[in-house]
Amino acid sequence: MSLTIPTFSLASIGPWLTLSVAAIGILVWDALSRERPAAVPAVTLAALVIAAVQSLTFLGKKGTDFAGMVYVDGFTALAYLILILGAALTIFLSWRYLEEYGKNLSEYYALLLFATTGMMIMVAGAHLIMIFLGLEVMSIAVYVLAGFLREDLKSNEAAMKYLVLGAFSSAILLFGMALVYGAAGGTLYLNDLARKLMLTAPQNKPLIILGLGLIVVGFGFKVAAVPFHMWTPDVYEGAPTSVTAYMAVAVKAAAVATFARVLFVSFPGFLTDWSQLLWGLAVATMTLGNVVAIAQTNIKRMLAYSSIAHAGYLLVGLVAANQLAAMGILYYLLAYTLMNIGAFAAVMLVSRTQDRYLNIYDYCGLARQHPGLAAAMSVFMFALAGMPPTAGFVGKLYIFAAAVQAGYIWLVILAVMNSLVSVYYYLRITVLMYMRPAEADLGPVSFTPAVTATLAATALAVVLVGIFPGWFFDLAAASVKIFSL
Amino acid sequence: MQLPILSLLILLPLAGVVVLIFMNREDDKRLKLFTLAVMVAEFLLSLPLWFRFDDSNPGMQFVERYNWLPQYGISYFVGVDGFSILLVMLTTFLGPMAVLATWEDIKDRVKEFMICLLALSSGMIGVFVALDLFLFYVFWEVMLIPMYLLIGIWGNPARRVYAAIKFFLYTMFGSLLMLVAILVLYFYGGKVTGTYTFDLLKLYGLNIPFKMQFWMFLAFGLAFAIKVPMFPFHTWLPDAHTEAPTVGSVILAAVLLKMGTYGFLRFNMPLFPQAALYFVPLFSILAIIGIIYGALVSMVQKDLKRLVAFSSVSHLGFVMLGLFTYNVQGIQGGIIQMINHGLSTGALFFCVGCLYERRHTRMIADFGGIATVMPVFATIFMIVTLSSIGLPGLNGFIGEFLILLGTFKENKIYAALAGTGVIFAACYMLWMFQRAIFGEVDKEENRQLTDLSAREIAVFAPILLFIVWIGVYPNTFLNKTRATTEHFVALMEKAKATQVTSLSHVFKGEAQ
Repeated sequence: MSLTIPTFSLASIGPWLTLSVAAIGILVWDALSRERPAAVPAVTLAALVIAAVQSLTFLGKKGTDFAGMVYVDGFTALAYLILILGAALTIFLSWRYLEEYGKNLSEYYALLLFATTGMMIMVAGAHLIMIFLGLEVMSIAVYVLAGFLREDLKSNEAAMKYLVLGAFSSAILLFGMALVYGAAGGTLYLNDLARKLMLTAPQNKPLIILGLGLIVVGFGFKVAAVPFHMWTPDVYEGAPTSVTAYMAVAVKAAAVATFARVLFVSFPGFLTDWSQLLWGLAVATMTLGNVVAIAQTNIKRMLAYSSIAHAGYLLVGLVAANQLAAMGILYYLLAYTLMNIGAFAAVMLVSRTQDRYLNIYDYCGLARQHPGLAAAMSVFMFALAGMPPTAGFVGKLYIFAAAVQAGYIWLVILAVMNSLVSVYYYLRITVLMYMRPAEADLGPVSFTPAVTATLAATALAVVLVGIFPGWFFDLAAASVKIFSL
Repeated sequence: MQLPILSLLILLPLAGVVVLIFMNREDDKRLKLFTLAVMVAEFLLSLPLWFRFDDSNPGMQFVERYNWLPQYGISYFVGVDGFSILLVMLTTFLGPMAVLATWEDIKDRVKEFMICLLALSSGMIGVFVALDLFLFYVFWEVMLIPMYLLIGIWGNPARRVYAAIKFFLYTMFGSLLMLVAILVLYFYGGKVTGTYTFDLLKLYGLNIPFKMQFWMFLAFGLAFAIKVPMFPFHTWLPDAHTEAPTVGSVILAAVLLKMGTYGFLRFNMPLFPQAALYFVPLFSILAIIGIIYGALVSMVQKDLKRLVAFSSVSHLGFVMLGLFTYNVQGIQGGIIQMINHGLSTGALFFCVGCLYERRHTRMIADFGGIATVMPVFATIFMIVTLSSIGLPGLNGFIGEFLILLGTFKENKIYAALAGTGVIFAACYMLWMFQRAIFGEVDKEENRQLTDLSAREIAVFAPILLFIVWIGVYPNTFLNKTRATTEHFVALMEKAKATQVTSLSHVFKGEAQ
């Protein structure tokens, strides 16, 4: 028996290599040096920049590498860039925050890089096992990150909940993959699955649907879709705020992008089945997320429910399943990354030190004390609510337009009514900031340069990306051509 | 190359906002003077629009078009025609007066207030000149935010937040359904013609099947009916008006409400002509209910501002009734009545504001005999009141007369019912006036009131000029709208050929 080693190009996984090498390097460096190396955040950022540059080279390409295990195409590149953006912005939010707890450890940055690598493996995976591997690499790193504040009970609770439920959902996902593997007659390549499943569909339809359903459950957990969302509020509330921001944007982005790829590439033949299923999930997710968010008084919990609601809007895009929808999902993820990280940056500043002020009533009178901060927070709130001229509006418009094009008028009506509900709680933050007097003197906000810069940059970007969405449209529209929708 | 007036009108206030952000927040006088300068410049800039407007051209003028998102058929496309020119002028005309009226009224967070005011005026102009559905929607939504802040921050402490949120959510509810309809229209247009576009003028010609028109008309109509507001969607209005600061009420009444009526004229009727014809009875009856109901409720108000707010429901009912006649008199009357309402109700809110600044109450019962202590004010208030009632020789008469004339041609019963609204208007306005202004000064606090200052007279004088001008020689204004109106009426006449009178056969196919 001869063993043939397939030809491959390391450049196809260049960003993974950069990030994982950097992560391992940071760990080794930390272990070998006496003092805590201060330059770790800078090194992490540098690694992310290099990975971003490497990702850019994938734009416009189309194909796979490593014997069909890894996609090398524009969709991957854009997903990489969004993930890198999320990770980089998270780092800007991190070091000062961690110092407050005395936890500015190198491990944090290494874990963040590992998580990002896992996400990249996921979104580029052309084989279900690759996707599962990526998911696990990401998840394990994020479990640890969620519990990074070891002495904090809530952080521990968050990590524990996330771990137990996450492991459970991974198992379900794996079970789904196994069923699909059996039903397809022995393949896990996304491209092959589509073809083989169509051939075996007449005999194996129930098995395929069951497997597909379990895969939907597994991804549903990661994107925090109702009814698999139970962990979200507690984990988001308990995790360190910087990690919450990271989970809200990057984990969701990776899961949604991968979910979209799996559904669009492997299961186009079962569109009617999964789109019905996701229709229900989307409506449940949007409605529950928005309605329950109204009742929240902790800002992190409110943003957690808001992130559930946004997962619902993204699911609307998956239901629509056309070119516009795929493009809309990418745009939405970019917009969501910018506005959510921005919102968390504002939350961090308002909470002063060590998450002291997280109640929404702590925002009372903020506009008088810190007009700039209040204005930026308002931009994010209006963006999350989907008001023009922000990126949040254009993102929603793309996704809703895609659903209208696909004929799901009622779904869109339910979605816009949900936006209306969401306006209420986003608006309430602006009411508190601008229209109520401060209830107590919470002390001055210390504007740390990194967080303030992130806040300003994201606020500006949310508006600019909203007014000039054209450039990203071109990139995204070209990249989603790979889906034969 | 021609000066891009419309874009400048939109951008000038935004440039003002940018400058304001960098100005010292302590220096109130300077901030107000600067905003005033921007508003005056805005008005001067809009004058060429008026003088160079070609009265005989029914189509769009001063058109500007730039690609925005060409992949999607979205462009920055603006222009004015006879329907919008007067409204644009009204907006720029009221700008300087709005700033003047804040002089004594707004003392707190002046910088933010002025930013909101400028952003609002940019958004309002944008709504009236946008000819691309996407662009229109953006302006339509954007201008909610500053208005919401105006009510919520500078309103009456007791209920301002409630009123602001109610205003925001109510309007948003309608506009989100309109967004869905816009998307449906976009994809329908693309499917039928092959080019996907949000260009309004291209979408006009579509021959949309009646069943689709029916739902789309309702979706667009709801958004606009809430804004107008038509009975029974008017409940946000009294709260918003009463709680808003004086300037907020003025802008709300004078300009924002017109976006609803304008929306019907610009979008609903030409886009969905068959449905527009089908809905004439429904909307006319709602308009008449609004006229009578608004008047009756006004009559029993104790609060001056609430009274004026409900009178708006009544007046806007007239406008809607006029628009739904689809004849030249009715529509021209409707348009001129929009302007009239803007001028006279705007002025009424200014009057109430003057009283409120002096006495810090708006209850009619707290006044009485004001004419003896504030004669100049009482005179101006009288003229404005009479204009609102529709006294011949003042502007209100022209609008109401044309509307009733147009309605009479279509349906005599409607006209007779609406006519009662004019009588009721005289009742509630004059009764209020009698109680507040005439009689003996029976409250000690009222004896020391000072009459209007030069600044306040400067606010009223231009408005009074136009109140009389429109009343005496309305042709100056009617001429601007005539060509477009005639063109539009001809369009609706053509649509009557294929009018649908009964729904039964349209929706029958569905049940089977």
